[in-house]
Amino acid sequence: MSLELVLQYLVAGLTYGTIYAVVGVGFNIIYNATGIINFAQGEFVMLGGMTAVTLHGLVPLPLAIAGAVLVTMAVGALIEVSFIRWLRKPSVLRMVVITIGISIVLREGALALWGESVRALPYFTGDEVTSISFAGVHVSPQVLWSLGTCLAIVGFLRIFFQHTSMGRQMRACAANRDAAALCGVPTRNLVTLSFVLSAGIGALAGCVTSPITYTSYGIGSGLAIKGFTVAILGGLGNGTAAVAAGFLVGVLEAASVSLLPAAYKDAVSVALLLTILFFRPSGIFGSGEVERLRAH
Amino acid sequence: MLRSRQARIALFGAAIVLVQLGTRAGGKPFFLTQLTMSAYYTLVAVGLSVLMGYAGQLSLGHAAFFAIGGYASGWLTTNDLSPLRASALVAALDRAHLLVARPDLYGGETLTVHPWAAFAVAVALAFAVAWAIGIPVLKLKGHYLAMATLGFGTIVYSIVLGTARFGAADGLSSVPPLPLPAGLSVSGERADRVSNYYVAWGLVALAMLLLANLVESRVGRALRAIHGAEDAAGSMGVDVARFKLKTFVLSAVLAAVGGSFLTHFNGGIGPGEAAVMKSVRYVAIVAVGGMGSLWGTVATSLALNFLSLRGYFGTLDDAVFGGVLLAVMLFSPDGILRVDVRGLVRALAARARDPRKPEEPA
Amino acid sequence: MKKLLLLSAFLGLTAAAPASAAGEPIKIGALLAVTGPASFLGAPEARTLALLVEQQNAKGGIDGHPIQLLVKDTGGSPEKAVSFAKQLIDEEQVFAIIGPATSGETMQVKAIAEGGRTILISCAAAELIVNPVAPHVFNVAPKDRYAAEMIFQRMKKMGIRKIGLLSSNTGFGKAGKEQVEKAAPAAGVQIVANEVYDKAATDLTAEVTKLKAAGVEAIVNWSIEPAQAIVIKNARQIGLRVPIFQSSGFANIQYARTAGAAAEGVMFPASRIVVADALPAKHPQKPVVSGYKQAYEAKYKEDVSTFGGHAWDAFQILARAVKEAGLDRAKARAAIENMKGYVGTAGVFNYSPADHNGLTIDAFAMLTVKGGKFVILPE
Repeated sequence: MSLELVLQYLVAGLTYGTIYAVVGVGFNIIYNATGIINFAQGEFVMLGGMTAVTLHGLVPLPLAIAGAVLVTMAVGALIEVSFIRWLRKPSVLRMVVITIGISIVLREGALALWGESVRALPYFTGDEVTSISFAGVHVSPQVLWSLGTCLAIVGFLRIFFQHTSMGRQMRACAANRDAAALCGVPTRNLVTLSFVLSAGIGALAGCVTSPITYTSYGIGSGLAIKGFTVAILGGLGNGTAAVAAGFLVGVLEAASVSLLPAAYKDAVSVALLLTILFFRPSGIFGSGEVERLRAH
Repeated sequence: MLRSRQARIALFGAAIVLVQLGTRAGGKPFFLTQLTMSAYYTLVAVGLSVLMGYAGQLSLGHAAFFAIGGYASGWLTTNDLSPLRASALVAALDRAHLLVARPDLYGGETLTVHPWAAFAVAVALAFAVAWAIGIPVLKLKGHYLAMATLGFGTIVYSIVLGTARFGAADGLSSVPPLPLPAGLSVSGERADRVSNYYVAWGLVALAMLLLANLVESRVGRALRAIHGAEDAAGSMGVDVARFKLKTFVLSAVLAAVGGSFLTHFNGGIGPGEAAVMKSVRYVAIVAVGGMGSLWGTVATSLALNFLSLRGYFGTLDDAVFGGVLLAVMLFSPDGILRVDVRGLVRALAARARDPRKPEEPA
Repeated sequence: MKKLLLLSAFLGLTAAAPASAAGEPIKIGALLAVTGPASFLGAPEARTLALLVEQQNAKGGIDGHPIQLLVKDTGGSPEKAVSFAKQLIDEEQVFAIIGPATSGETMQVKAIAEGGRTILISCAAAELIVNPVAPHVFNVAPKDRYAAEMIFQRMKKMGIRKIGLLSSNTGFGKAGKEQVEKAAPAAGVQIVANEVYDKAATDLTAEVTKLKAAGVEAIVNWSIEPAQAIVIKNARQIGLRVPIFQSSGFANIQYARTAGAAAEGVMFPASRIVVADALPAKHPQKPVVSGYKQAYEAKYKEDVSTFGGHAWDAFQILARAVKEAGLDRAKARAAIENMKGYVGTAGVFNYSPADHNGLTIDAFAMLTVKGGKFVILPE
């Protein structure tokens, strides 16, 4: 295989990886604040994309995206307030099942609202055939947009968690909820905030990748499985590692296509996940729960 | 305790007969078709109920075992071996009466594995797979366990969907009946409707007997301990890992039996039987019925599957399962039959008074 | 209206005919994947049937027989198709069944319809549905074999000898893949790369890169999902500029629209329904396809697709048989089997006891995308 092809596969991997990474990061934000794995994370991406397409019929693209992110954030808050907030010490099993239920309800709601048809936002720069090429490798500008957005999200989260008071409170809350509450941290509201934040970045990712991948009501659950894979590979709670794991899974899938029948592409990343779970459940990058404290 | 268990099984048997007589008296013998199909899905649900309720283990991949049973039976009984007649293995199987020849649609003859031999393979395969993946999977807890079972389900789904020999997206069709003694068979023939109903629910009764014995045995009491306090049970000398594995394997085998029989009853199977949404539906049934509550699970499985298979939920089928799952887990995680109305009212009242303040810090 | 349809499907039946209609009602069942992965097929089919039944009942039904339509949403899963088929046949004793939309489901219910002596008009295309012939089972979708042959004819003209084949992991993709593989050697074309991707695939850059590495001279893609628009975009983006052929599944203007500039020049065989406006006035299909297009688009505010057209044809064929034979099942079945010259959205149907598909390769025209619109590809 020529170097050019290897690089082309790598670019394909980055395209998949970006969205996996963002979903994985979204998982981690909520996990850190609540210890909950939110299986409805993929639905945030779907809602963002679908809402933006609907709004784009009325307002210019940037406004449509901003609107979609806000709407999805509101949905995130609504979910936390109506389903999560008032539960008393729910077991992990119960929470897993509840978020799966939320994901199904959101998906079926989207089907009733938007129907089964597929939508997409226009390309931000250029059009469907535009590609930037260097050294024989071709990249759609939209891939660069989504890569840039992904990095911007990670950067924003880093600053937020390290350098703002609210971010530090959230970390305190993640480290020890009771202690944080005793110190006057409004832990309850921070949990809501984690849902809002997670919904917002999911929606933004949904908008940016929509021209490439298209959006329809059913895309959420597949993304959730991938995002969950990524979050666990990176070590639950470790945001930066989730990004690295996202790209790793993306590149691995692209590489698997070059060697194996593409029909088994999805099985490859899941098989990797199972292997890691069986032999190194704390993820490939970290030492498990310790990472939670150092998050982001 | 023993007497009440026997009484319950007898009651269950009586209920099965009553339902059949009821459909006859009510002029709705057709209902038996969907009741029979529901029974096979119930086999998955009751096994999962014990696994979740007594062993405290969530499985988001049980549809995979159902599919393993169905596809093993379906593929072996439809895959024509006649071109391989010369090979030593096929010849040996033929001599051992494990193969049957049937005329095919084109006037030729196909040579396939005998349905009962295929059934044995299906069960053995589910047993082996459950054993092999059960050992590492059941060491995991919480989210990791959920993800591992989900991952297993995803892999089986992509194999049945991606493999041309298993019919890929079309699945398998033209699966022959499974012959039973006295001229009966597991098949979708109209004439066999009543006998198939009894076969299916007879299997459920058998599974219930098996599971009730497990639940009431020393093992069962240990299982209950696991759900409550795994560490405590372990320190009291209960071999926790072994019990979990046993339950997991038993539930997988029950699922495979259901899959195999339903494939013969329907004359085919599709990849949708292995899909993650199917696994979630089983979890929903167990959640509504009450984890570990065998009777609750049977009742719920019967009701939800029957209504779904009759198409009463229409285009909202998945939404109903998702909504029910969500509602039950929110308001009554022990199942709908054990709903804590007073607690619910109190919680809602507290929330209405001050929506920002939880009843108790979590 | 969509909500109304959903609601009526939820209740399991749509409204019966107006009370004014005289005559014994005729009950027609429909097994369609209105939701789920095959909803691209089933949903427009269900909408088309609802439209037709409404139209026909307003005219007093078929020959004075008001129509009662029972739509059952199978969600694309065979076990539900089996359950619903038994329900429609044994219990509801429907006169005939329209659907299923997918080949997999049709194969599962073929024997049930035959056993129940109920006419089944499938909207799926697989050869196996009508070969071997089951007396009561018909289909209305042109065979995939014709589509593959038409593509190879065009390739011969263009001198293409090495192709890359992509297909999705659905029944539609699988059937097309098999036909292309079968017809390729005779056409002197070599398949140098052959990949199946997931129906929910969101990016196929890696797959088209594999095709590029194999040095293909053209791409053939067979699917009905959004992935078919993604394929052409990704191919162009990585600088793979070879001709692209799509299946009849591409005949949904939505995909040409979402693929935008990348869709220009894509060639595909499809029935003439999608170029209704461009058909010459003298074309025999002109009145049928324009009539359907206008009625559907006015009611649902979305473009027609070939799939909705299959439901249209199935219903009209059935209606024609009932007009001829009345409410006698055996006679109606025979009427369909001997029906000649029915002009439908998919082509001109000529059924016979040996041919329960009734269409020829003429059902397809080679189309292409020009200026964001479907046009007939010049010879």
